[in-house]
Amino acid sequence: MRDSWRKFVNVTMLSVTGLCTLLAASILFFILGYLAWKGGSLISWDFLTKLPKPVGETGGGMANAILGSAKLLLLASLVGVPIGFLGGLYLAEFGGKTFSFMVRYATDLLNGVPSIVMGVFAYTLIVLPMKHFSTFAGGIALGVMMIPIAVRSSEEFLRTVPKSLRDASLALGASKWKTIAFVVIPAALPGIMTGIMLDLARVAGETAPLLFTAFGNQFWSPGWMQPTASLPQMIFRYAISAYDDWHQQAWAAGLVLLMLVLATNIVARWVLRKRMRLMRA
Amino acid sequence: MSTHPITQKRAPGPGRARVFLRRLREGDQVAHLVTFIFASAILLLSVLLFYELYRNSHLSRERYGWQFFYMSTWDPVFENFGALPFVYGTLVTSALALLLAVPGGVGAAIFLAELAPRRVSDVMTFLIELLAAVPSVVYGLLGIFILVPLLRTQVQPLLKEHLGFLPFFQGPIYGVGLLAAGALLAIMVVPFIISISREVLLAVPQRQREAALALGATRWEMTMKVVLPYAKKGIFGSIFLALARALGETMAVTMVIGNTPQINASLFAPGYSVAAVIANEFTEATSDLYISALIELGLVLFLLTILVNAVARLLILATGQGEARA
Repeated sequence: MRDSWRKFVNVTMLSVTGLCTLLAASILFFILGYLAWKGGSLISWDFLTKLPKPVGETGGGMANAILGSAKLLLLASLVGVPIGFLGGLYLAEFGGKTFSFMVRYATDLLNGVPSIVMGVFAYTLIVLPMKHFSTFAGGIALGVMMIPIAVRSSEEFLRTVPKSLRDASLALGASKWKTIAFVVIPAALPGIMTGIMLDLARVAGETAPLLFTAFGNQFWSPGWMQPTASLPQMIFRYAISAYDDWHQQAWAAGLVLLMLVLATNIVARWVLRKRMRLMRA
Repeated sequence: MSTHPITQKRAPGPGRARVFLRRLREGDQVAHLVTFIFASAILLLSVLLFYELYRNSHLSRERYGWQFFYMSTWDPVFENFGALPFVYGTLVTSALALLLAVPGGVGAAIFLAELAPRRVSDVMTFLIELLAAVPSVVYGLLGIFILVPLLRTQVQPLLKEHLGFLPFFQGPIYGVGLLAAGALLAIMVVPFIISISREVLLAVPQRQREAALALGATRWEMTMKVVLPYAKKGIFGSIFLALARALGETMAVTMVIGNTPQINASLFAPGYSVAAVIANEFTEATSDLYISALIELGLVLFLLTILVNAVARLLILATGQGEARA
């Protein structure tokens, strides 16, 4: 009697945990499916190449937001990748004890900073002195956000390069930096690159740091010192608006953004898994 | 080229300089120096981040001091800035998110670590981790157009009817509000809880499980009485990590919380969060004091998430050390 109760509890509770898992995993398909249903029909050549239309006129696209996002990501990479990669290189190859600990701690700290706070930081650092919003400020905000993951993936993949490879190079008389530059880094590069792809995918969807740095723009943004639209910011603006036309556009833009982010994630994780298996073998 | 190490030791002054110069020429010192500069830049940036927030919030800090945290009026027109409604909104929505997300999240982690075959577990975990990559503005979009109408037409009337005697489920129904923000946050943090809890559970030694099963425990009893106590700290760590996420989450919350600076016991009432008020009002802030108050809110959020993240990391590091011996 008691045993059958125990068995009953066992089966029930374990089924409940299975249900929780299914529910969590199905959210992803729900999100994808819903966005595809709502926004799929709107994605067209016009959507990708035309400027937004004023309220009331149908059609129009988000070309300026797509270009704006690309420009922001380019700037972000120019800031985040060198600092992240060379910082990671320092930790993996040269780091002493105390200083490395401090740098790692700072990296973790930056990683935990809420994105809106990063926006405030970029605002006080760049927008306030320059007195206007710009692509530049937005790019810097996203770039700083990229640093932690760039550091971590660089350090991790540099460390997985086998010692035998280094020893072989050093034994041939190469100096330390030559060993690092021509043996260690090339061996670790594919891993680091995928890490940075994931990093880019993460900041590509950030909206909060752009609200008062890149700001937004209904038109093309010439150069780097003008406010610019970006995909996530457009989704936000259109979603909270009161117009149905704009809601439609928000769905479509959401679908484009989500597809880009998920595709990058899937490819990068697949590559990472393969490399990890290769390293272990 | 080949200076013997012993000769260097004999003549420390010029010898050391010569070695340094040689290594400089060979590039080792240069490489060291360059990477060191970039590593320092990271350190500098995190210090600068704090400094900028601190410096730019001085107007508000000097004017209000600690009063900032227990003043509940936020009135930009008469320049009264109290942070209490926002702190309240942030804490309530985050707590609600954890309340909703933790049972299901830990449950799913148990399934993935204890029950599912490795291959199935890996695929499921992959799908769930992809959820963590979905941009928060997309969650916000779904929140506005799916979650809020669902709450308004289905869930909230039901709650009001059956649990309306509780102060949490009273008052007019808007859809947007603390409940919507908490529920949306729960969906957003669940992937973090699942993937980290699963890792922690997988790190529990197999022998512990075998011992419990050998004593006649069912799988569920084994999980509850042996595996979970062993992994307790790590799971709390994952919860704190989720909490840090929830505290700082901006866009999704801004889109569904209702953006009204008020303190109301009812979860149906619209509220406001620290991150949301910064997002909404920063570009509209006209006076220096207004901006300064918003930056101080940013500073508060910064310090709060640092604290919570630090606790999370300590807890996750502590799993597997000492628990086994007790």
